[in-house]
Amino acid sequence: MHFLNELKEGLIISYRAVKANKMRSVLTTLGIVIGIVSVTLMSTAIEGVNRAFDRSAAAFGTDYVAPVAATRRRVYRGNESVEDAFVSGTTHQYMNAAGTTLADGRFFTAEEGNGGRPVAAIGATIAETLFPNEDPIGKVIRVAGHPYTVIGVFEKQGGMFGVFTSDTRVFIPLLSFESHFGGRRRDVTIQVRVADVKQMEDAKLELEGIMRKIRHISPGKPNDFSINQQELLTQTFEPISLVIASIGFFITGLSLFVGGIGIMNIMFASVTERTREIGIRKAIGARKRTILMQFLIEASALCLLGGFIGLMIAFPLSLIVDQVLPTAMPVSVVFISILISLTVGLVSGFLPAYRAAKMDPVEALRYE
Amino acid sequence: MNVIELKDIVKLYDMGGAEEVHALQGITMSIAKNEYVAIMGPSGSGKSTLMNVIGCLDTPTSGIYQFNGVNVSEMDDNQLAEVRNREIGFVFQTFNLLPRSDALHNVELPLIYGGVPSAERKKRALETLDHVGLGDRVHHKPNELSGGQRQRVAVARALVTRPSIILADEPTGNLDSKTGEEIMMLFEELHRQGNTIILVTHEADIAEHAHRAVRLRDGKIETDEPVRKRRLQAAGSAS
Repeated sequence: MHFLNELKEGLIISYRAVKANKMRSVLTTLGIVIGIVSVTLMSTAIEGVNRAFDRSAAAFGTDYVAPVAATRRRVYRGNESVEDAFVSGTTHQYMNAAGTTLADGRFFTAEEGNGGRPVAAIGATIAETLFPNEDPIGKVIRVAGHPYTVIGVFEKQGGMFGVFTSDTRVFIPLLSFESHFGGRRRDVTIQVRVADVKQMEDAKLELEGIMRKIRHISPGKPNDFSINQQELLTQTFEPISLVIASIGFFITGLSLFVGGIGIMNIMFASVTERTREIGIRKAIGARKRTILMQFLIEASALCLLGGFIGLMIAFPLSLIVDQVLPTAMPVSVVFISILISLTVGLVSGFLPAYRAAKMDPVEALRYE
Repeated sequence: MNVIELKDIVKLYDMGGAEEVHALQGITMSIAKNEYVAIMGPSGSGKSTLMNVIGCLDTPTSGIYQFNGVNVSEMDDNQLAEVRNREIGFVFQTFNLLPRSDALHNVELPLIYGGVPSAERKKRALETLDHVGLGDRVHHKPNELSGGQRQRVAVARALVTRPSIILADEPTGNLDSKTGEEIMMLFEELHRQGNTIILVTHEADIAEHAHRAVRLRDGKIETDEPVRKRRLQAAGSAS
């Protein structure tokens, strides 16, 4: 009861203090506002990356295997050309293994693949460049001088941060690739789908066993191949999440630190300004604890104000982030933000509040 | 029974280095219930220090101070805060009201710190404001009130906890003489109703309202005697 009375009194005082100094209060909370905006947007962005990850992971179906050999060549038609296109030789299974889809036409069949036919499925960017105003299906393009008939165009992927995109690729049958660009001494990649991302490690062990058996590697000898996990998963997503998180944490930490110092500064000013009020309160019976609590509440109220302003700014911004990444502001972020604001308030308010609490009532009453 | 008993109260202020100021040099006095005492003296006489000690705002360097039979000279800050809250009602020269709070909230404040439930708090604060003649001004803020009204709010704040003593420090110092007289009439009425009043002042005609005058000089009691009611005598002889 006693505590609740004092808490209520503290809230009333804080409300009056903030109301009496509207401009100062809002400016003071700016650091907290920026901190909360950045922590919110950071979480939103990480959520976005994770969702993109989940979507790609979901695209991994079951047991399809497709070898891929690749080289960079000039692809052209008439005057239009794409330098350094990714030319990949593969089998008809590729479509199943990679989980990409065609916008137009078809991928090559088993017969075309096994027969080494000069057919190609091309990426959206290549199609746009070589066929600005035409339907590419059935037309002939030249890959480093060799003619190929376009039979399919991939759906535009855009690609997460430009990695692993089929937009700039040209897929041709592996046999055609080997006869035109040589295959014997070239590294060949075999794409393997794992049904469940969680079984990645088991699948790797199993693959290693199979490969060693096929290649007749006697026990104790090192592998003459290497198994790479999908770059997309481990080498793309993790660093991106990490970069977002570290930039986010840095900005958040810095602005909360600066914000906290701002709060501390204004609280010191507030304590000094209200020395006499503190004296009055002490004279009529406020204890140290009461005064301490009053100023802690005030500092926390300022920070919470900043937190709410921050959330109100961050929400529309998260809708903008949603345009780039498939995301939504996580609900937990709201609670985390409130918790962070409260913590900053309590930490930065403590010293000023302590100074107020230990004031000598006689001195404080004499203060002009 | 004595509300206040002071025995050999000494207060030293350490001014840094070897310098010390003897603000109080052995004060012994007692104040009984329902007394009306004026503490007088020129500035530097130690009357403010004595008021701070009596008001439990400060503790003596040595000596024993018993308040209602309880030794308060060795209490810690929190215990002193409690005594101030329950037993002492302060009235200051500069009113010392909270500027952003209305009259009602100012009067409620000591009850808030005393842990009185909100309904009873409000009832008592309203009653007390009514008692000092401000029943129609409860939602006015200090800057919407005249000086005399502000001091009445302060008196109501001092009274609301039903304290053992009312300690008034130059209560008319910031008021014109007519308003000051009105406040003194209020104190007299409170005294008649049974309150113990200690008035700190340097003005002789204000001190005359009290029934006993304690004069301080250089931190010692110079005289301690009943007030001769000069004005009453003067009024009597004129008629």
